Amino acid sequence: MSERVLLAHGGGGGLARQLILNEVLPALTNPALAPLADAAVVEGAPRLAFTTDAYVVTPAFFPGGDIGRLAVCGTVNDLAVSGARPLYLSLAAILEEGFPLRDLRLILASVKQAALEAGVVVVTGDTKVVERGAADGVFLTSAGVGSVGRLPPGWGAPEPGDALLVNGNLGDHGFTILAAREGLTFEHPLKSDAAPLNGLVFALLDAEVRVRLMRDLTRGGLGAALNEWVSGRPWGFDVQESQLPFSPGVRSLAELLGLDPVFSANEGKLLAVVHTDDATRALELMHDHPLGREAAVIGRVTEANPGLVVTETAFGSRRILDQPAGDPLPRIC
Amino acid sequence: MRYVDEYREPRLVRELMDELSGLRVPRPLTIMEVCGSHTMALSRFGLRKVLPPEVRLVSGPGCPVCVTPSGYLDQAIALARRPEVILASFGDLLRVRGSRQSLEEARAEGGDVRVVYSVLDALELARTNPERAVVFLAIGFETTAPTDAAAVAQAEDEGIANFYLLTELKVMPPPMRALLEAPDVRVDGFLLPGHVSAIVGWGAFRFLPEEYGAACAVAGFEPLDLLRALAAVIVQLTEGRPSIANTYGRVVTEEGNLAAQGLLRKHFRPVSSHWRGIGELPASGLGLQPGLTHRDARVAFSLKPVQGRENPACRCGEVLRGAITPPECPLFSGRCTPASPQGACMVSSEGTCAAYFRYERLAGSAPLSDRGTPAGANPKAEEVAP
Repeated sequence: MSERVLLAHGGGGGLARQLILNEVLPALTNPALAPLADAAVVEGAPRLAFTTDAYVVTPAFFPGGDIGRLAVCGTVNDLAVSGARPLYLSLAAILEEGFPLRDLRLILASVKQAALEAGVVVVTGDTKVVERGAADGVFLTSAGVGSVGRLPPGWGAPEPGDALLVNGNLGDHGFTILAAREGLTFEHPLKSDAAPLNGLVFALLDAEVRVRLMRDLTRGGLGAALNEWVSGRPWGFDVQESQLPFSPGVRSLAELLGLDPVFSANEGKLLAVVHTDDATRALELMHDHPLGREAAVIGRVTEANPGLVVTETAFGSRRILDQPAGDPLPRIC
Repeated sequence: MRYVDEYREPRLVRELMDELSGLRVPRPLTIMEVCGSHTMALSRFGLRKVLPPEVRLVSGPGCPVCVTPSGYLDQAIALARRPEVILASFGDLLRVRGSRQSLEEARAEGGDVRVVYSVLDALELARTNPERAVVFLAIGFETTAPTDAAAVAQAEDEGIANFYLLTELKVMPPPMRALLEAPDVRVDGFLLPGHVSAIVGWGAFRFLPEEYGAACAVAGFEPLDLLRALAAVIVQLTEGRPSIANTYGRVVTEEGNLAAQGLLRKHFRPVSSHWRGIGELPASGLGLQPGLTHRDARVAFSLKPVQGRENPACRCGEVLRGAITPPECPLFSGRCTPASPQGACMVSSEGTCAAYFRYERLAGSAPLSDRGTPAGANPKAEEVAP
């Protein structure tokens, strides 16, 4: 077999089958996928959450992960923050003619690894090959289903006084991609935070923490997520700037380029709005989890500035934290 | 983070804030922050709100994208439409409208417009695309001009024939003089631009206190820098002793960066330049030296001067002169937002309107510098209620 993807690999003939049998199945096999049927037949749950995402990140490999890891974590996290236990994923790949098979194997290996971490199974998939120039290496699409159990009372309805928590350093993924593209290196190396958050989410929900809202902080970062939530609401957010956790590498790059890391993407960070009486317990639960060591309470829900996110600086001045207008950096995930 | 945290040290910042708020100011004062990065930093750190009520802080013409006239964008868009041209630009300029459309829209219609982070990226484009003509949109002040000069020098050395500049470079002292002589603007003191001063040296601004009695401080961009500079200007004015305080001594000297000045002189010459909001000012721009006209996109592509049209409802011009603050423009935050900007000051990341929109819309805590200035008015310092 040639060590590059050929157009014929997408032809539906023998070569296409070989690609599945030699490359995909060894990496991802499981009873639902193995028959290679037109659809996977799986056990269901009474209430399902269902999501899908496309992944076009460039470069496809970056410190802390690759497009395969993202395709699993992104979809798993969308389910988890909706209060669903992720169960099954689909994975579709669009490959550019000439893509190295070695890279495809690395990507499939990290799909396998991330699925293992998340406890999900890839049960169905597809591969298409397009002619050189019609895609950029590899694009992935994954969909996922998860089962929704009992959600805490007050889910979906934040109240003034509720606490805002994040599970760790913000902006790592976006700035890692930026640095990788520009060939920037730092005293404090940057690494993407791509990780499946369902373990952390259910550490909170299983302990009956009264979580009101959860959101994974992907494109647009914390700033975009906060603003989407308050838009048109009778309440707003107060954020303590000094409590926002950032890694030294992200802080350095932000200063160097004049970018606000609050708007930089994450792939393993969530924001949780939690009943004020449960805030300390939620923070402890996060600190006990490997993906929540740097967790912090960063602010409160407030009636004082409805529809607005307001930050207080370390020296007590206050200002609006607004949405950035355009996308400063395309193709980060 | 070293060299940054020291200048944001909360205890020192609070002390200086208290000191500044407590200054006794005997008469209304207007201080202009000339530089767009100062505008942004003052808003981002929430410092406009700590000034004594008698002090009005206005923004000046120091945002390069904002002062670039729409006729220049029209020329750039015309170039982008030519199939042989790759247009290289800083990202900020892409969303600014010319008379009819923006570079972003021209790109969607098929123009080859590339965003670069440095003029050297544009030079690299020229190197790797020898069959195309690469035109770099050279806008900005004395801060960016030396790197443009260095890129031209490198293109000459390496014989890269397909690299051109469409220049709209500007120098800072002339518009400041023009503002002090304008009848509708009154400025008592300036926060002098830190990075421009690093190149030209603070000595280049000596005419401000000497000829116009304006109080000045060269300011850095961190909270402590800005607070110290503001305090210095206010003290000079209350004591009636205008001068230039260099509060950014870790970067700025009296004579400036002589190597950069040499590069500028060798490659550029003073030319007349048009400033949005201020108009045509002699010797306020930089054009390529006569020996370098083969690098000048206007010459190489026989571009005719374009008289651009501005949106008549947009009051960017007055904002850039410090005659009004953004909330006094009827379009501000209604029809004009960063998502659908009507004027350049809302587009640029350094724009005054963008800074006010992003940071200064808090109910009940409008910046003190706006106090007593009814919407649509064209206030002078004397009319500001203490």
